Amino acid sequence: MSEVVIETRNLTKEFARDEFRIAALKHASIQINKGDFVALMGPSGSGKSTLLHLIAAMDRPSNGDIRVLGEDLRSLSDGAIARWRNAHVGFIFQSFNLLPVLTALENVELPLKLTRMAKSERTAHATKALQLVGLGERLTHTPRQLSGGQEQRVAIARAIVTDPDLILADEPTGNLDAASARDVLEMLVTLNKEFGKTIVMVTHDPHSAKSASSVRYLEKGELLPPGAKPVDWDA
Amino acid sequence: MAIPLSYNLRNLMARRTTTLMTALGIGLSVAMLLSILAMVEGLRSAFAATGHPLNVMVMRKGSTAELNSTLAQETFRIIKTKPGVARDARGEPKASLELVTVILLENPEIPSGININVRGLTADGFAMRDSDIRIVQGRMFQSGRREVVVGQGIADRYPMARLGKPLQFGKGEWQVVGVMDAGRSAANSEVFCDLFQLASDQNRETTLSSALLRATDEVSMRVLMNTLADDKQLSVDALPEAKYYADQTASGQPIQAVGILVAIIMAIGSGFAAMNTMYAAAARRSAEIGTLRVLGFSKLAILTSFVLESLLLSLLGAIFGCLLALPLNNLETGIGNSVTFSETTFSLRITPAIMATGFAFALVIGGLGGLIPAASAARKEILTALRQN
Ligand SMILES: Nc1ncnc2c1ncn2[C@@H]1O[C@H](COP(=O)(O)OP(=O)(O)OP(=O)(O)O)[C@@H](O)[C@H]1O
Ligand SMILES: [Mg+2]
Repeated sequence: MSEVVIETRNLTKEFARDEFRIAALKHASIQINKGDFVALMGPSGSGKSTLLHLIAAMDRPSNGDIRVLGEDLRSLSDGAIARWRNAHVGFIFQSFNLLPVLTALENVELPLKLTRMAKSERTAHATKALQLVGLGERLTHTPRQLSGGQEQRVAIARAIVTDPDLILADEPTGNLDAASARDVLEMLVTLNKEFGKTIVMVTHDPHSAKSASSVRYLEKGELLPPGAKPVDWDA
Repeated sequence: MAIPLSYNLRNLMARRTTTLMTALGIGLSVAMLLSILAMVEGLRSAFAATGHPLNVMVMRKGSTAELNSTLAQETFRIIKTKPGVARDARGEPKASLELVTVILLENPEIPSGININVRGLTADGFAMRDSDIRIVQGRMFQSGRREVVVGQGIADRYPMARLGKPLQFGKGEWQVVGVMDAGRSAANSEVFCDLFQLASDQNRETTLSSALLRATDEVSMRVLMNTLADDKQLSVDALPEAKYYADQTASGQPIQAVGILVAIIMAIGSGFAAMNTMYAAAARRSAEIGTLRVLGFSKLAILTSFVLESLLLSLLGAIFGCLLALPLNNLETGIGNSVTFSETTFSLRITPAIMATGFAFALVIGGLGGLIPAASAARKEILTALRQN
């Protein structure tokens, strides 16, 4: 029996909008095991990002339980969550979110600033992470001097530099051309297959979803059972 | 452990124009404060440098300045023999009877003229000050002649009072026969002449202005001052000469108050400018703030980073302020005194302590101006921060 890394039960997230409360996620229960590569799919507004943000503890649920990597996220303080995320979760954004004034190396080094690592060790780790994503020659480039695909590779290096157990990605190929998207997906597969990272990836693109080992669909805030798709899902 | 300072420095450089404008605003208020402090410091040191520590100034009871004091010959004869007064080599008391009046001097900048102290004194009186004073041009005035020696500050600022020039006051013409360098002491902005010549010019042979006594030591000085003040018959006040001049610094206080008020108003203005700049910076970098939080940086780290950025900005402002104010250092100027109705020349003095005050002032502006935007940046929810772009 493999180790459960993510477990949610009746996880619900409501947003207040004017007088209404919008349920972005309703009673979602999911189990993800160590080493899984799960793609989350579904129409726009179905709650994919909301679920991912709750798993990353970037937001707090309105109701239900959530355990990630053995931690009950609801019981942790803001400070503890920040430290936990730094140590155990790598997050990849659709729009890369690199700090534009820092070089590639400095961007990747940033999460290590929160560890006890010495400067030389940080530089060594960050350089290695960048070499791993094929950017060993671009250490001193700033994001503006890089292509979108290269920026996303820097972001991947930043996500893996702390050697986290869990990698979360919200439409990582959404802003990329086909070739760059393929590179990024290949890297995620490598991280999953060779380094044993657990990956949860939100995607719109059925082709991208094929890289994952399993796909779960959401519809109107509901997580559909394994194997089920939204009714008029054409893909 | 924290968000690197280079992140802040590079962001300041990335928005160069805003950074420079804001820093310049802070710099102007720092320069304003520095010039006020330099003036106060200059005044203080001008007066503080005056007065032998054992010199006692005697004036009529209730007088606030030598100019409105009167002291009779008779009184002087009594007080100079009091115990505690030091004696010179000949066994004579070290005491000086003096007459102080004012003359109007003009220069091209001040065509309406400025009152300058004229001090009549004897060779003994001059000797009591000779540790402070050096004749640098011409010679000493001679007794019984209509001759004056002017302070260096006067000679520098008033061409009409330079060596060899005639001065018109009292009953006629006086000749400038010497220039004295009195360092930073009050004599540097006074005109010295013979006591009896001046007294007869002013018809004040019997009632002069004040007396200066040299005490033998500190303890006798205190006793002497008490004895004089307690003597109802004499009806005089006695105080250390140094204290008399230090009190004159008070005449700088209204200017100081107005200056500091202006500096504070400017500080509030530039504080708001800093705040505005930092609000804009935090808004523009909202997604970056969200990203930093996702990477594991705490709210406190965000707060610290933005406050530091604001402090860096104000540090640049402080440097601008010092550069703007430094040319004022050692600039000679004069100030009218509402008590003595006379002018004292002094130099603006920008000391390291004053510069440090300027830096502290700028950092307070930057710190307070940056705090609120930094706090609001730090308080934002991660997702809210990420969404704003
Ligand atoms: N902060 C918020 N305030 C109000 N409503 C929100 C907020 N965040 C999300 N929602 C709503 O919750 C629902 C789910 O949003 P979510 O971002 O999870 O969708 P998604 O599946 O990621 O969509 P997309 O594919 O377009 O990214 C949507 O109706 C959205 O409008
Ligand atoms: Mg989404």
